[in-house]
Amino acid sequence: MKDTKSLATQIAFLLIPVAISLAVAAILVTAVGRDPLEVVDALWKGAFKDSRKLGGVVNFWIPLTLVSIGLVVTFRAGLWNIGVEGQMMMGALFASWGAQYLLWDASMSPLLNLALIALSALGGMFWAFVVGLLKIRLGVNEIFGGVALNALVNVISIYMISGPWQPRIGGSAQGTEPFPVPALLPEFSKTFPVNIFMILLVFAAFIVVMIMLNATRWGLNLKAVGKNMRSALLLGVATERASMSAFLVCGALAGIAGSYRVLFTFDNLRPLASGGIGFLGLLVVLLLSIRLLWVPLITFAFAAILTGSTRLQIAPSLKLDSSLAGVLQGMLVLFVILFQGVREIFFPQRAVDAEDIETNENRPNE
Amino acid sequence: MNEEFLNTLGSIIGTATPLVIASLGETITERAGVVNLSLDGSLALAAVLGFAAAWTAQEAGVLDVPMQIALGIVVAMLVGALIALLIGFSSIKLRRDQVAVGFVLTLLAADLARFLGADFTRIPGPQITRFALPVLSDLPILGPIFFQQNVLVYFSYILMFVIWFWLFRTKGGLSLRAIGERPEAAYARGAKVQQLRYWYTFLGGALVGLAGVAYSLNVKPGWSSPPAMQGDGWIALAIVIFGGWHPFRVVLGAWLFAALRAVSSNIQTNGLFIFGQEINFPFVLLNTLPWLLMILTLLIVSGGFTERLLQYMPRAVQHRMRAFLRSDPPKALGTRFEME
Repeated sequence: MKDTKSLATQIAFLLIPVAISLAVAAILVTAVGRDPLEVVDALWKGAFKDSRKLGGVVNFWIPLTLVSIGLVVTFRAGLWNIGVEGQMMMGALFASWGAQYLLWDASMSPLLNLALIALSALGGMFWAFVVGLLKIRLGVNEIFGGVALNALVNVISIYMISGPWQPRIGGSAQGTEPFPVPALLPEFSKTFPVNIFMILLVFAAFIVVMIMLNATRWGLNLKAVGKNMRSALLLGVATERASMSAFLVCGALAGIAGSYRVLFTFDNLRPLASGGIGFLGLLVVLLLSIRLLWVPLITFAFAAILTGSTRLQIAPSLKLDSSLAGVLQGMLVLFVILFQGVREIFFPQRAVDAEDIETNENRPNE
Repeated sequence: MNEEFLNTLGSIIGTATPLVIASLGETITERAGVVNLSLDGSLALAAVLGFAAAWTAQEAGVLDVPMQIALGIVVAMLVGALIALLIGFSSIKLRRDQVAVGFVLTLLAADLARFLGADFTRIPGPQITRFALPVLSDLPILGPIFFQQNVLVYFSYILMFVIWFWLFRTKGGLSLRAIGERPEAAYARGAKVQQLRYWYTFLGGALVGLAGVAYSLNVKPGWSSPPAMQGDGWIALAIVIFGGWHPFRVVLGAWLFAALRAVSSNIQTNGLFIFGQEINFPFVLLNTLPWLLMILTLLIVSGGFTERLLQYMPRAVQHRMRAFLRSDPPKALGTRFEME
């Protein structure tokens, strides 16, 4: 068990970087001539003023948590799935195809929703498979493969929007026509506009992946591959298959996240519909040094900052760019990572990777 | 040769310059064993802050134009160098993963650029102007392509040769290569590994900063959101791999990318004619070309793919082709060096 001293230092080394990033953000806001307290107020109101705003937070939380869970899997296998953003987008494209061409009756709507979600998972898996293939078989680093595939799918979606799928009237690069109503995911209520099924799906994914990672041979193999590819291979782990399966799981979850963006958030396909959520997921997982347990909580905080930041532009006394949210989130992650290093310098006896401790505790029984 | 064609080649060399400088900077950083993954964000932040500094000096009217430009360049280089130093510090002192810190900084710097640049969006500012080199610019063919450019372009030529000379013809370059390949051996022979890594990371980052401001003061004047150079940081990182960490090949790679981009943007504005026949297809899809080229080049230089292909070639040319096609990273790239 951890003694109180180490718990105290652990909390301290979590709070110090948070305090520093808040302070730096405050300095930045002051530097551009705005009042930091007003920013905090706007962020808070933008995220939690009423149930509609809270719904907005949940609507970011759903895709963000899905991709973050997926990224825990790829990171566990030692893979940098930067392509997650493009996998979201490919999922969105697949779902958009289905939404426009599977013209099912309104009474079939729930079934159609399921079919579209499955389709989007396939789309995400397809794009993840390409990254995986490039990495595993063809030796192209997954970071560069991922970045290139992200760009490719963005060009493809712009082509679809301005070409085959352009609205009949006033075609432009802004987006497709709104999808037929049966294809769209239903709102819980006007005052709390979220989709309940997707929330349940997020929790289901969370639990399933948690079990898969910590209580199955698959999870153990992934970890072995992530820690040391060579010795895993020597121990008889099918490393290629393990890596590819990690990509596919992440791709499926990212694809579903993408479908939520087009079938609920926007009701149509837009360029960059993934909205940087995949990259944000990478930040979340880096912040947590790949621990799955805290993912839903941190994604909620990040989703709240993101939703709140839309108010920064609207609030008449502020008129600040919403990128402040990204600045705050980025600094948070950066300083937390840096302070883990500082902690190891001052408390070298705890130099063991935090992730090791966590996973050693619940090592699967074999 | 047709004058229009020469001008096109000249403009390709000009627009390639930020890519050239950024990739050369990253080359020396990676040669020292440090990956600065933050390029895509660093370029943007350096571009906007360099532009902001030059513009502010212009508005204040305190400096003449060359000094405004110089101020912008210094600020941008400092920005790039500081970001790179942060990566070096977090790896060397704090023992953090270079890729993780670099990636976080990519996003952070890009958002910071958008945030700080909000007030500088789409406003005209000072620009680096063309300066034809006397004598050289009158050379047939070479003159219009290479020597009717701006100072940064000339600097990039010199930089390429200096880095090559330093790397392969000096003792300092030998230890630079050594600390990226086998830091333990270099340390045993008396090289100050950590100190050198800091130094080359700083230098490489400063060049990335210079590349950033080369956009905002010349190639894509001013600042806009999303930034005009978005994605170029990643392309520069890929060019370093394609170039096999060799300055000449790196520069060639940057020119190749710029040429491809020039061709595709030319087709998108003017249409495509083959034998006077207009060819029609969705030109938007041409924007995929740089990324397809990126995948293809990485496939060729780093994959087992090439190795398999080489097996089919006659033995006599295998070795030479391998040296030409393959590129292997510095062995200690991205790893930490612990002094015992």
